[in-house]
Amino acid sequence: MKKVMSKAMNKTTKNNLITYAIVIAAFVIMQTLIATGSVPSLIEGIMVPVCIYVIMAVSLNLVVGILGELSLGHAGFMCVGAFSSAFFSKCMKEVITVDALRFFLAMLIGIAVAAVFGILIGIPVLRLKGDYLAIVTLAFGEIIKNLVNVLFIGKDSNGFHFSMKDVMALDMEPDGTVIVNGPQGITGTPQDSTFLIGFIMILISLFVILNLINSRDGRAIMAIRDNRIAAESIGINITKYKLMAFTVSAALAGSAGVLYAHNLSTLTANTNNFGYNQSIMILVFVVLGGIGSIRGSVIAAVILTLLPELLRGMQDYRMLIYAIVLIAMMLFNWAPKAMEWRERHLRFGRKKEEAGE
Amino acid sequence: MALLEVKNLGISFGGLRAVNAFDISIEKQELYGLIGPNGAGKTTVFNLLTGVYRPDSGKVLLDGEDITGKKTIDISKAGIARTFQNIRLFKQLSVLDNVKAGLHNKHHYPTVSGILRLPSYRKVEREMDEQAMELLKVFDLDQVAQVTASNLPYGQQRRLEIARALATEPKLLLLDEPAAGMNPNETGELMDMIRFVRDEFKMTILLIEHDMKLVSGICERLTVLNFGEVLSQGATSDVLNDPQVITAYLGE
Repeated sequence: MKKVMSKAMNKTTKNNLITYAIVIAAFVIMQTLIATGSVPSLIEGIMVPVCIYVIMAVSLNLVVGILGELSLGHAGFMCVGAFSSAFFSKCMKEVITVDALRFFLAMLIGIAVAAVFGILIGIPVLRLKGDYLAIVTLAFGEIIKNLVNVLFIGKDSNGFHFSMKDVMALDMEPDGTVIVNGPQGITGTPQDSTFLIGFIMILISLFVILNLINSRDGRAIMAIRDNRIAAESIGINITKYKLMAFTVSAALAGSAGVLYAHNLSTLTANTNNFGYNQSIMILVFVVLGGIGSIRGSVIAAVILTLLPELLRGMQDYRMLIYAIVLIAMMLFNWAPKAMEWRERHLRFGRKKEEAGE
Repeated sequence: MALLEVKNLGISFGGLRAVNAFDISIEKQELYGLIGPNGAGKTTVFNLLTGVYRPDSGKVLLDGEDITGKKTIDISKAGIARTFQNIRLFKQLSVLDNVKAGLHNKHHYPTVSGILRLPSYRKVEREMDEQAMELLKVFDLDQVAQVTASNLPYGQQRRLEIARALATEPKLLLLDEPAAGMNPNETGELMDMIRFVRDEFKMTILLIEHDMKLVSGICERLTVLNFGEVLSQGATSDVLNDPQVITAYLGE
């Protein structure tokens, strides 16, 4: 009996360790290549976005794969994290001169605000199921983006001024500065994000999610996914655990938003970065990487973020190849024949195999 | 005093009176059967007892505690566990995790402790593992503890569902057609197991069943439902020889 149990524990631990190892190895290789100057600056420049998308994909997988609910508003939480942290960093630029400390605090604020939004949106939204939930989260994502677009915040000697109309409506003293300028967003955020910090945030996200999944709470969340009625009958609080998964996911998306905001000098909310296209693209990472497979999300996010840049050389065929890769990954992950082949030839992989032994 | 005391329980769905004036009284460690034709309202009674539906009328007392109209979670905590007519396992979880999910409210540690892998996490998880493995051993499932639940053969899935229900440490166990889809051999084993559960866990069991061999073999008392009303009630042999029951359900 003891043997059966310890063997099983080693298996999940081993699986998780492989995931960490892949991420660390990829980081070390990339860093070495960058240090030796063998990486084009274009690629070097998208290392932080790669980290951001990995965190987004991993955190969305908690809702889609582990909780089993479709959320299409994930970019909205990233938006909240980005703007709240950028606002903080800009206000504190002169006050806190230690970059690392300011960025750390900005990170905490971005995560906290995104988590609060996760709770606030989660409470009404999680009463819905399936398609309805997907539609409402999509709407909330868009609402967040559009609200940020009409938000004006300025600061003068009298303190903060808010408006939803325009800069003039802020009615500031001559010495005032506009911090959030509606559709023009926030300019002059300190660019504190680095590849190293992105990498550390990926490790933290993985640590939080993998450990959550393999705990009492994670079991409850997956029980709800597999059978809500049965989960209720054994006394699992459905609302609480749905909200927990949703909030943790939102908080981690917020941390990705913080990285995003501090990677650019100008932060604006538009369709491309915080709109539904972004949410759906992240969902594509999750689905192609394998729903419920955290490691798959990491790999899919890296490949599909790097690919368009790597293919930039062949302008005409770029999207064609991207599409082919999408189809190939889909087949590799989901086609029954491919699953069979993987089971026979590759030892690592899905839970299904483990059961089959 | 009886463990489960139900008085005048009733519910309507629109114009249909699905269950009407349902009374039942089950003693501690009794094996009690609920039978009747299809659509008589047997599963509806289970759903009323476990809080899936709220009754329009009546009272449910479990061990003296009024649980009428409470939520499913609170009824689970009060001590009623059930299995389902169509098996409802956590399909993608392992057999062990299914039972550990059943232990959910018996063992606690904070979420933070789980994420940071603090000592309380390790300690409580170890306790859960041990208790779950003990239960699995009883149901002869310890060898398949790591198998994904959906990959189990049918009979083992039925047993796992009972094991998961028992993990919540209930006072009353409700079994909804436990022998459905089983061959006579498996039904025989199931009967032994139900008796064993009653004796080993000092459990009170209320079961719905169509298999008369099982019902007459292990149930001490029976209630027959027909069109939502109690048709007959009492010791098994008396009820099964009741002419009304024979006409309505058993057939000549």
